[in-house]
Amino acid sequence: MATVTLVDVGKNYPGDIKAVEDFNLVIEDGEFIVLVGPSGCGKSTTLRMIAGLEDITEGEISIDDRIVNRVSPKDRDIAMVFQNYALYPHMSVRENMAFSLKLRKYPKTEIEARINDVAQMLGLTDLLHRKPRALSGGQRQRVAVGRAIVRQPSVFLFDEPLSNLDAKLRVQMRVELSQLHNEINTTMIYVTHDQVEAMTMGDRIVVMNEGLIQQVADPITLYDRPVNKFVASFIGTPPMNFFDGHILAQNSSIAFLSEDGMQLQIAEQQTKKFRQLDKQKVVLGIRPEHIGSAIAENSETVGRISAVVDVVEPMGAETYVYLKSETTSFVSRVDSHKKYMVGEKIELAVAMDRAHFFDVNTDKAIL
Amino acid sequence: MNNTHLTFFFFGFVFFFLYFFPFMPRGKQIALVYLRYLVLTSIAALILAPFFWLVCSAFKDPEVLMAYTFLPPVSEWSSQTLNFSNLKKLFEKEETLEGAIYFWQYIVNSFFLASTSTMVTLFFSSLGGYALAKYEFRGRSFLILFMLGTMMIPAMLLLSPLYHLIHKMNWMDTYWALIVPGACSAFGMFLFRQAFFSVPSTLVEAARIDGCGEFGIYLNIVMPLVRPITAAFCLISFLGSWNAFIAPDVFIQTQSKLTLTVALNQYVDLYDQQYGIFLAGTLLAIIPPAILFFSLEKEFVGGLTSGAIKG
Repeated sequence: MATVTLVDVGKNYPGDIKAVEDFNLVIEDGEFIVLVGPSGCGKSTTLRMIAGLEDITEGEISIDDRIVNRVSPKDRDIAMVFQNYALYPHMSVRENMAFSLKLRKYPKTEIEARINDVAQMLGLTDLLHRKPRALSGGQRQRVAVGRAIVRQPSVFLFDEPLSNLDAKLRVQMRVELSQLHNEINTTMIYVTHDQVEAMTMGDRIVVMNEGLIQQVADPITLYDRPVNKFVASFIGTPPMNFFDGHILAQNSSIAFLSEDGMQLQIAEQQTKKFRQLDKQKVVLGIRPEHIGSAIAENSETVGRISAVVDVVEPMGAETYVYLKSETTSFVSRVDSHKKYMVGEKIELAVAMDRAHFFDVNTDKAIL
Repeated sequence: MNNTHLTFFFFGFVFFFLYFFPFMPRGKQIALVYLRYLVLTSIAALILAPFFWLVCSAFKDPEVLMAYTFLPPVSEWSSQTLNFSNLKKLFEKEETLEGAIYFWQYIVNSFFLASTSTMVTLFFSSLGGYALAKYEFRGRSFLILFMLGTMMIPAMLLLSPLYHLIHKMNWMDTYWALIVPGACSAFGMFLFRQAFFSVPSTLVEAARIDGCGEFGIYLNIVMPLVRPITAAFCLISFLGSWNAFIAPDVFIQTQSKLTLTVALNQYVDLYDQQYGIFLAGTLLAIIPPAILFFSLEKEFVGGLTSGAIKG
């Protein structure tokens, strides 16, 4: 177990391409941290820098109190699980697991004992003699995890380990990995572009975009209080709806007036900070479950918007209704038993006490 | 009309008869299958004929060597026409200025030289190919271009400067002269470079994290995954060295160090042509590469990387 600290870490590629900039983060001992972001945001580069597979251009990476900038990957006491498994195809499952231990000259009896323990933990006992080509995708991924566990490293690194699995297996492996973390309680750094994986697995989540950390927080904070428009749109399925407009102060009440003339009363607890923003342009953000749902109907400050139903997507437990107002398209997440017809004009409740507001120029949340 | 014309006429007639007068169901298809086999058999016969000629000549008595193209008619088979005299003479003690030499010495020389060259070339070419495929370094593209450029120069053009170099290094009449110049082949490096591209870089990175050194990764992880290419390269390299004639002829002078090809060539010189012995020796010379080919054949088929990564 170890604490991983990154201070002002940056990575530049030739041609002045900044893959990662000013990365500052302390990953606590035993923590499960998830780096999430769209493709090319620098999350994998950050993980590879921690692993020692990429040189860092600036800053400092420490594992516990040891600065590892110039320490080779094998001496960092880390283990990594790759997206494409990276199992040695000419070796059996047992040999794959034993490889690193043999290189570190562990006694044969200890190697055997560790392999048997891990194989039992991951349900691989009957597969130890098989070559990777004789395994299914899920089994291969389990072997890759087993190969990492058998080393008993201080830090586990996962580089999108589930993205090659089918949807059902992904959910199953997600649960297994969370259980594994609870069991061995070792520091885990997990990279994914899938925000569902991030939300369900991480103790804390690091949202990245264009090489920069956008927000570091636990899943619920990230969802409830995104610091900017990017985080707000990235976390949540379907993503948050945005409406351009401006603040309108009328006597004692404050309202948001959208570009297509829709007026929504701002919740009372927020009026104080918006009074000074009178006539200023802002972006209103509302999560789909806060439009047209029971939550919206029962909220303290209910706004009303009318729109035409564009597409209806029944998901079973709930239904996504895609709507169009005069200038904006948005989505609502409603009870699956409510019936909507395409082309129908409907009025929906908006939970304004759950609304988010963002600065038009900086995209930062107005808190 | 001779026998050849008659044979052609017969096979042509059979096809014509089967095709135009089908006397059984699907007769036309049978005729086409017959034609396909006829063409393939003819091509196979053309390819195998010189080999068959070689085998026949090796066992024909020198007296009747030129009398028959292949074998004498069965009625004339006897120990006077077909025997092992060529092979016996081949393995007889040969008195030279440097003392007595036996033919097997040349076989051993060739085997040693071909095996050593193959191992050395395999080692350096694969290492070079690995570096060019898996490491980023300044000038890599130029190096690859330069390397490929050297392949455009005919080997014969380099013989004279090579001779000068070998002479200066005092390597004349040593096997160094035959092994070192070909130790790192541009063709081999290029071949291995292409093969190593198919090995996922994540395997190399996984091994690096597992604690494997760079040479260990090359030896334990990467090389086992390119076994088909390694087998093909070994065969090509072994054959090249086994069949090499010009370089051993130029650089080796001591009779006891000669290779099989050069020694065999001595049986057909300007004043004395012993074709029977020459052909018996050639037949023997074919055997080791043939064994190597058949033992490596299974390696060429199928890759080993299946299952390594998500496919």
